[in-house]
Amino acid sequence: MHSLTVILQALPYILQGTAVTVAAVALALGMGLAFGVPFAMAQVYGHPLLKKLVALYVWFFRGVPILVLLFLFYGFFISIEFMVDPFLISCLVMGCTSTAYQSQIFRGAIESLPSGQMKAARALGMRDSQAIATIILPQAMRLSIPGWANEFSILLKDSAVCYVLGTQDIMARTAAVAARTHEHLALYATTGVIYFILTIIVLKLLHNLETRMQIPGYSTGAGFDSGAMA
Amino acid sequence: MISSESNETILQVRHISKTLGDKKILTDCSLDMKKGELKVLIGPSGAGKSTLLQCINCLIMPDEGEIILQGAKLYMQSKKELCAYRTKVGMIFQDFNLFDHLNAIDNVAIALCKVKGIDKKTAHGRAMQELERVGLDSKARLYPAQLSGGQKQRVAIARALAMDPTVILLDEPTSALDPELVGEVLNVIRELSRAGMTMIMATHQMEFARAVANEIVFMEKGVIIEHGTPAELLAEGAKTRTRDFCTTLLSMESGADV
Amino acid sequence: MFEPDFLYGEILPALNRGLVLSFQLIVPAAVLGFAGGLALGCLRVFGTPWMRGLGNAYTAVIRGVPLAVQLMMIYFALPKIGIYFEPYGAALLSFILCSAAYHSEYIRGALLSIKQGQFKAAQALGFTTLQTVFWIIAPQAARRALPGCGNEIVYLVKYSSLAYLVTCMELMGEGKVVASDTFRFTEVFLVVGAYYLVMVTIATWILHWLEKRYRIPGFGAQ
Repeated sequence: MHSLTVILQALPYILQGTAVTVAAVALALGMGLAFGVPFAMAQVYGHPLLKKLVALYVWFFRGVPILVLLFLFYGFFISIEFMVDPFLISCLVMGCTSTAYQSQIFRGAIESLPSGQMKAARALGMRDSQAIATIILPQAMRLSIPGWANEFSILLKDSAVCYVLGTQDIMARTAAVAARTHEHLALYATTGVIYFILTIIVLKLLHNLETRMQIPGYSTGAGFDSGAMA
Repeated sequence: MISSESNETILQVRHISKTLGDKKILTDCSLDMKKGELKVLIGPSGAGKSTLLQCINCLIMPDEGEIILQGAKLYMQSKKELCAYRTKVGMIFQDFNLFDHLNAIDNVAIALCKVKGIDKKTAHGRAMQELERVGLDSKARLYPAQLSGGQKQRVAIARALAMDPTVILLDEPTSALDPELVGEVLNVIRELSRAGMTMIMATHQMEFARAVANEIVFMEKGVIIEHGTPAELLAEGAKTRTRDFCTTLLSMESGADV
Repeated sequence: MFEPDFLYGEILPALNRGLVLSFQLIVPAAVLGFAGGLALGCLRVFGTPWMRGLGNAYTAVIRGVPLAVQLMMIYFALPKIGIYFEPYGAALLSFILCSAAYHSEYIRGALLSIKQGQFKAAQALGFTTLQTVFWIIAPQAARRALPGCGNEIVYLVKYSSLAYLVTCMELMGEGKVVASDTFRFTEVFLVVGAYYLVMVTIATWILHWLEKRYRIPGFGAQ
């Protein structure tokens, strides 16, 4: 029964970390959205040099593990003697990687739109920028929701390693209590449940968003063939 | 016709019934196939034509009834016997069902290699012959996605032929085709019939049935209503369901043209 | 920055040592994780209802919990039931259990995307069930699952760095030690990052090559 007592005592303390985790993920996701969309546009419609630069950025941030990036950014800020809060470094690192991933989600969505959409818009006399803003983007954003939901759940899970810098998120608090009480297994299991519930809640919200924004006959889900086996 | 001269019965389908859920799909259907005969199954959609054909090679297991191929009764519970039986009964599907990951020649050859155990070189030689027979030897290296509907169906026919089947079942082989591609597939089937292949074909192509079939079998609501030669069933003034059905089909077609 | 002495004398020898251990984590985890995912994916499609339910629940839980948490649980749980893994064993086991769940998603999707007609056509030609699965279903499913499963292995290369969290001295761990000793984080982790970049890039190349090698015109485009 000792484990249970420890969990119950530690739960309020660990749960306070939820706010930190959620804030970090939300900031990173927002940053990824803010930069990911323009990056995607640049990669689809931009100058060849710009395309190369975006591709280079994406290659770097998708190829380097988040743990390495955390220490790299941390070291960088220390070396320029600019003290930044670990929380902000974590947000920045996750934001940078999310920018890379989200730009590819949006790029895929833009490229999957039939070319007739752009042609029809031009045929109506729209400038390209108008066509992109009023015809292409609204469709691409809808198509991106499933990818975006997936990106959220990846970020939430990635955020669990940010404790290595000393943020006060769920994982850091769990590690702290575990070190004090030696109830590692029970505590990490509890933390697992918290992450699991967080994932389910947000995925449910995003799924609702997807249903609400759905256009009849315009499916975003990767539904399987109805004549499928099993 | 040469084919109808032979009187040897090679496939007997007796008293087949099938119920799915609480819906009776087939009731007591029996057919006798003579060697070299082409029987055509006619009837409205949902009459059970496709189910009957799939029951004949046990892709759908009949609830009751028996199947006798060349005098030997099929024991349906034996998987081994079932596989051996199916190699002798070819099947052509409405939607072709070519293997999507294999090119035309491999589609024809794979069952020869894997089911009949023929070595790859011989199998490819045989496959090429069959592709020639359906006029597609030049397309042997193309994948299903690169073929037109009519070409896909001809490859499917070559695939069935390569197994040296005793009987071929054709389940509305032209229904999924664009009108201009129907002819090429019907021509292949006509040629097969002339060469003495025994076939049962479900179809809506009445002109073809009238011209080529030895016998027309009319089905409705899972029951075989009547059967006879095209001349008997479609004769001017014949009081048959087949004739009524054809008249309806024809008036619908001419109605659609207006 | 990057004096040759420091780079060649300290960073690279340590990282090369770690690289060996990283490979020892990545390769078996990729192979066994894929094999596990294949089994799990088949179970989730062909299994009895309760097996399917169990497989789905396992996958949902693994996918909903951060790998770091799973890693900690396995690292601390096993000694409690009498199994003493050094950090390497715990890391390897958790990577296998985790990637099996992710692989199974792609395997399941690939199996479900194969049309019933393919199965029927094979049966009509006299294929046995086993022959159908081996010659018709598996080659098609493998092609459909390849991009997803390959991506998972690329992820595994990166996530193998998490082994450092349970003090497994692979690439990341060795890097951290050098960085902490010398307090030259930027340089060390730039090099560590480069190591991972090279590994991920090579893995991606191989994946693309495989996809191209086994591409069939008009197949698998969704």
